Amino acid sequence: MNIVVCVKQIPDPAAPQSLDGSHNLDRSGKLILDEADTYGVEMALQLVDKAGSGEVTVVSMGSAADLAGVRNALAMGAAKAIMVSDDALRGTDALGTAKVLAEAIKRVNPDLVLCATESSDGYTGTTPVQVAELLGLPSITFAKSVTVDGSTVKVDRQTEAGYDEVTSPLPCVLTVTAGVVEPRYASFKGIMAAKSKPVEILSIGDLGLAAVTGPAGARQQIISVVAAESRAAGEKHVDEGNAAQEIITFLESIKVL
Amino acid sequence: MAISNIWVVVEPGTSGLTTTSLELLTNARTYGATVSAITWENGSSFAAQAGEYGATTLFDVGSLGGALPGAPVASAIAALVASQGAPDAILIPTSYDGRDIAGRLSARLDRPVLTNVTGLSDDGGLVTEHPAFGGTQIVKAKFTGEGPGIIVVRAKSFAAESGGGAAANVVSAPAGDTGATGAAKIVTTHVEERTGPQLEEASVVVSGGRGLGEAANYVLISDAAKLLNGAAGASRAIVDAGWVPYSAQVGQTGKTVKPTVYIACGISGATQHMVGMKGSKNIVAINKDPEAPIFQVADFGIVGDVLKVLPELITALKARG
Repeated sequence: MNIVVCVKQIPDPAAPQSLDGSHNLDRSGKLILDEADTYGVEMALQLVDKAGSGEVTVVSMGSAADLAGVRNALAMGAAKAIMVSDDALRGTDALGTAKVLAEAIKRVNPDLVLCATESSDGYTGTTPVQVAELLGLPSITFAKSVTVDGSTVKVDRQTEAGYDEVTSPLPCVLTVTAGVVEPRYASFKGIMAAKSKPVEILSIGDLGLAAVTGPAGARQQIISVVAAESRAAGEKHVDEGNAAQEIITFLESIKVL
Repeated sequence: MAISNIWVVVEPGTSGLTTTSLELLTNARTYGATVSAITWENGSSFAAQAGEYGATTLFDVGSLGGALPGAPVASAIAALVASQGAPDAILIPTSYDGRDIAGRLSARLDRPVLTNVTGLSDDGGLVTEHPAFGGTQIVKAKFTGEGPGIIVVRAKSFAAESGGGAAANVVSAPAGDTGATGAAKIVTTHVEERTGPQLEEASVVVSGGRGLGEAANYVLISDAAKLLNGAAGASRAIVDAGWVPYSAQVGQTGKTVKPTVYIACGISGATQHMVGMKGSKNIVAINKDPEAPIFQVADFGIVGDVLKVLPELITALKARG
């Protein structure tokens, strides 16, 4: 069973973030593996383990100058990585990204593609399904449990009211929600091994894509960035044993109680 | 160039169309454009409601035969674009299925998609508003290429108000052959029992975060929510940790809530959380750390231990009956 996991290297969400002059997220600082992607990597490793054969390939798009995030996925146990990196990709939108990822995934020809439900920086949340449509594959989003039975994948899919049991033939694209598996920490051995695992760096020329990328390919434009209406801080009390009563008084003042 | 034609994807809910669908129809009415709606399964049963909120035509994809809606509904919409011409915009609710439909449609039509939209305005074309950096900034954007622009709008971005229109004219709009893309099928549906209101509809939301210490303590959140006739929510941190399901998550990657009061318990207030609850009418925060960013938006803050304050609050609420 060969599985592709799409991952993204993002600026550390805990660090201050800003937009650059062309309204792109400033990605010049240190990049890390999006934590949302670690669940997909973990699930892929477990599924390959269970299948008893095959390997996990991580596919990513972004700057190849800093590969720490991708190496992290390799250190967890993925066998190899494909990184599509090209200056012309700056400002590429979700659909353009999906076109790039779809072309890269075709090279692996996997049984299953796993993605996070959305990235933690751009959080568009459509790229995985766009990839599925471009590859002509079925997709199941918001998977909270995944089992593979022969050539069928069974998924418990999160819904508003509970969950649906959904099945699909392989190959298939899945998005997995966070919290469904416990992502392993990379072991020292894993970290050392990751340094020599293959990372193939491709340009959009290598993939035969050009017009789809960058701001022109995005066909959307940011007109302005304005400050949102801000909220002022109100009262703040240190609990001296009467906090519960104070909250009740506040709830009464706004007529909730 | 005026906006003359808007399509709205309206989702079947447990009773009638979902609230977000009605919010989008209400907003679509305001541009003086012809509004058409697209739904599936039992379309004609929604004709009156879709019309009441502003649609003159309701395209009905019909039964999906157990398939997840993404592929067949996108296929039906693509066929409509081919037969009717492209509308100026297609509005789609942010939901599990809404995002699937938007992604599939975008790839099928080779048109971009704008998601996480929380506001729309008209400057000859639709301008979208997206909250960024925890909602401290608003990014305004628009499509530059050929239509239709696919716009995925978050819940609670607009109020749903009846326009008093007559029932929409139902037109059959079946899906084409979706081939392998439509092969994911729902086998069984599990409804988890819920007492009290839905998270997005509740007038009181009590949410818990890392400050609860461990998963078992989340019961304090659900108990307090129940006593206040509210809904229980969660920060991303404890959803990621597997304490509560994703459906409880409030924030950028979860739900947007705008209750009368939002009570944040042991939530520090990461930007990703704030964007989902900043629109609440009142915010109460309980957190050990006096410097926690959540206090910057709280109307009423308690610097204290949630594991001490919440049990006291629960006891006091029970005492009130």
